[in-house]
Amino acid sequence: MTTSAPKTNRIGLTLADYKGSPSTLCDGCGHDAITSQIIKSFFELGLSPHQVAKLSGIGCSSKTPAYFLNQAHGFNAVHGRMPSIATGVSMANHNLTMIAVSGDGDTASIGLGQFCHLVRRNVPMIYIVENNGVYGLTKGQFSATADLGSKLKTGVLNELPPIDLCGLAIELGCGFVGRSFAGDPKQLTALIKAAASHKGTAVLDVISPCVTFNNHEGSTKSYKYAKEMETPLHELGYIPFFEQINVEYEPGSVQEVELHDGSKITLKKTEHDYDPTCAINAMKTIKQAHIDKQFLTGLLYIDEQKPDFTSLLRVGEAPLATLPEEKTRPSKEVLKEIMEALM
Amino acid sequence: MKTLVADSKEKLGKGKIVNDFSIQVATVNGSGSQSSNNVLMRSIFQMGIPVSGKNLFPSNIAGLPTWFTIRVNKDGYIARKAEIDILVAMNPQTAIDDVKALTPGSVCVSPVELKLDAIRSDVKHYQVPFSELAAKASDNLKLRKLLTNMIYVGVVAELLNISHPEIENAITKQFEGKAKAIDLNLNAVKLGREWAKENLKKEDAYTVEPMDKTQGKIIIDGNAAAALGCLFAGVTVVSWYPITPSSSLCEQLIDYLKEYRIDKETGKATFAVVQAEDELAAIGMSLGAGWAGARSMTSTSGPGISLMSEFAGYGYFTEIPTVVFDVQRVGPSTGMPTRTSQADLTSTYMLSHGDTKHIILLPGSVSECYELSLEAFELAEKFQTPVFVLTDLDLGMNNWMSDPFEYPTKPINRGKVLDAAALEKAGKFERYKDVDGDGIPYRTLPGTDHPLAAYFTRGSGHTEKATYTEKPEDYVNLMNRLEKKFNTARQFVPKPILSQSKDAKVGIIAFGSSHFAVEESRDELKAAGINSSYLRIRALPFTDELKKFVTDHERVYVVEQNRDGQMRDLIALEMPELATKLRSIRHYDGLPLDASFVTEAVIREEKK
Repeated sequence: MTTSAPKTNRIGLTLADYKGSPSTLCDGCGHDAITSQIIKSFFELGLSPHQVAKLSGIGCSSKTPAYFLNQAHGFNAVHGRMPSIATGVSMANHNLTMIAVSGDGDTASIGLGQFCHLVRRNVPMIYIVENNGVYGLTKGQFSATADLGSKLKTGVLNELPPIDLCGLAIELGCGFVGRSFAGDPKQLTALIKAAASHKGTAVLDVISPCVTFNNHEGSTKSYKYAKEMETPLHELGYIPFFEQINVEYEPGSVQEVELHDGSKITLKKTEHDYDPTCAINAMKTIKQAHIDKQFLTGLLYIDEQKPDFTSLLRVGEAPLATLPEEKTRPSKEVLKEIMEALM
Repeated sequence: MKTLVADSKEKLGKGKIVNDFSIQVATVNGSGSQSSNNVLMRSIFQMGIPVSGKNLFPSNIAGLPTWFTIRVNKDGYIARKAEIDILVAMNPQTAIDDVKALTPGSVCVSPVELKLDAIRSDVKHYQVPFSELAAKASDNLKLRKLLTNMIYVGVVAELLNISHPEIENAITKQFEGKAKAIDLNLNAVKLGREWAKENLKKEDAYTVEPMDKTQGKIIIDGNAAAALGCLFAGVTVVSWYPITPSSSLCEQLIDYLKEYRIDKETGKATFAVVQAEDELAAIGMSLGAGWAGARSMTSTSGPGISLMSEFAGYGYFTEIPTVVFDVQRVGPSTGMPTRTSQADLTSTYMLSHGDTKHIILLPGSVSECYELSLEAFELAEKFQTPVFVLTDLDLGMNNWMSDPFEYPTKPINRGKVLDAAALEKAGKFERYKDVDGDGIPYRTLPGTDHPLAAYFTRGSGHTEKATYTEKPEDYVNLMNRLEKKFNTARQFVPKPILSQSKDAKVGIIAFGSSHFAVEESRDELKAAGINSSYLRIRALPFTDELKKFVTDHERVYVVEQNRDGQMRDLIALEMPELATKLRSIRHYDGLPLDASFVTEAVIREEKK
């Protein structure tokens, strides 16, 4: 028997180098499927794990950063407050690639305010919401993304409308908004990779069924419902900047969007003929999908022009975190000058 | 017993009272009197006479009454003086109450139309036609209102004999670079001064005479001083949410950063500031930045501290450095946002659920606002924990005279941070292991290029290797090490300042802005035959000096500005065997502490 060496990426690391500790979530949890796609995406992108900071709040989804990229610093914040931590981390060291995983409770309920302000500031990071419509760790209460009319296992009916995080993100000026499904690995990896190439907040709302508390008949976030209802707006592809691939497409059938780092996202049109560069169109599509009870996935909105938070801070290349004393402590003469002005 | 009239005659008739009085200017909030009051205070200061200025203002932008008090004191006492000697009653809303509150023999300068002389005949009135004079100062109605303030400066300057060149200097400084404003204001001062010279007959004792006691001194508020401390500590990330009375700390810091922390070679900022959406986010950002290696800080007041509670516990438990300023105001709840207090002490000391204890620094002067801010960043990184600096509105927002600040003598120390080379040398890294036996572990920063560098920060139970745990022994191990670290901090926090009087049986303990009132009170007590020693606490946790001080004195008065005697309780909690020696002096009406309050309280108790 011959053994072949494991495949390596452009920086010579194997897929195993991007793995984390074993998951402690329920068997079949949608979150684990997303974790696998994060590992795959980061491996294929060839990002250095030690240049990544992975962050989360509290909840089942927020446990997952422990399950990928063991060689990256991780931060499990308090419930709903990961965005403020992420903002601080970004200010201290904007050279880090930041990936955050949150849930629908962590983001749309307790953390809605911080989520909004993070998006509004356009802090450069990937923000994945593993959205299952329920609180798992506290055993199955509704979250604020549960659809109107959806049912809990106990038969309790949700009488409140959901908060659509994608619609909200677009409203707040987010320049990269995607919706996907844990059961659609191909689309999901394309979105994660493209999000990593985006300069600004990239929000990915990923429907991730909770096999224990929200996978039954009457749930709109179950595997069965999502599989049956998923309607991709387009067929998504991602071409990294380090690969020169030229694919021939039938004219007019594919829209290409160039991302900040030179990578490209390709959108092969379906019957929807959807243009994700128009915010008004995106909002309309999201609203219509709610009315039609459709589950649309894909890249809902993209704007590569919006300045990110780092550029607004007007800081230099080097991270503030490690600037030497001669850069951060003004001279003795400066203090003297200030004192004299106060005399 | 003397009658009021006899008393006032005595005061008016006893010749000159030189460089020892207080002036209170009563105006309407938003009327622009702040610059005039600064000019008045500065010109006296520039004559070499010690001064202090306190603004007693409402939580309002315009329309409500506000009072500015200048204390002039040849002996250098700069605490609040409760008694007003000279009232400038410019606010018709409060004029009657203001003049009624005066002690016999005081002076009252007021607009003639208020007819305040009809209310108090035992006060010396100087009535001035301010509207008429303002009409001469400008044709512009809006300007007239502002210039009226400078007219009273002129009248008061003439009455007190404040040197005109010093007024000119103060106005030039106040309106730096604005030639037109300087002219207009100087002219208004002259109008007031000349009118007073021609029309008023000096019939009171108060006057100023040049001294040499302010040479080389500065005037600054505590928030600006703290901002300077942050600037020279090399702060790199600042997050804040506006709240009175702390806003001006970050606002002044931003000004300094923009002026002095733009890299000359690249034109790039060596700092980042963010105005957060609330205080929960403000401390979150400051912790995130501290975790990633920045020198980070946030600044707030009571309501913000309450909101920061959860993250404060997180920072303590996961060991992340950051500095949190609490410029205290009156609570609970919204309380009185523009009044001073020291009532956040206990809640901040143990801020957050679970067993939590924080390092707290307690500056007692503007120079300590500067020095202890510098120290706070050092301690936060040394001990990898949030450090709280508690000042208050009186210290933070009022003008204090001080010696100039000293440039830091120690280089910046970032604490136990392992870089790639250090990791390579060590060959292993366990984030929460007590390697050195002082309870302080080593940390790494995200972005460190070494396979051993990464660890997972979590607010849940964690092992020495930073992995998740619910094992009883792991939790106990962690909590005990945190306690050990806290006890190590006792040797490194700023020591109390001791002023020992030989054979004193009475000890006084105070902290923060109570300091200058206590110093003055000790002199008053001495004059009354009570010899006292004084220990000023500058930090929590307590250091050994405190226990010795309490042990060495028969009765120890703990002076503080809160209702519950919080510092007294904390001392009693830590040294219950000495608790019976402690007496509590509590001042909590929202006004700055004055010496007589302390003096009277001690005398009352000592004469029992």
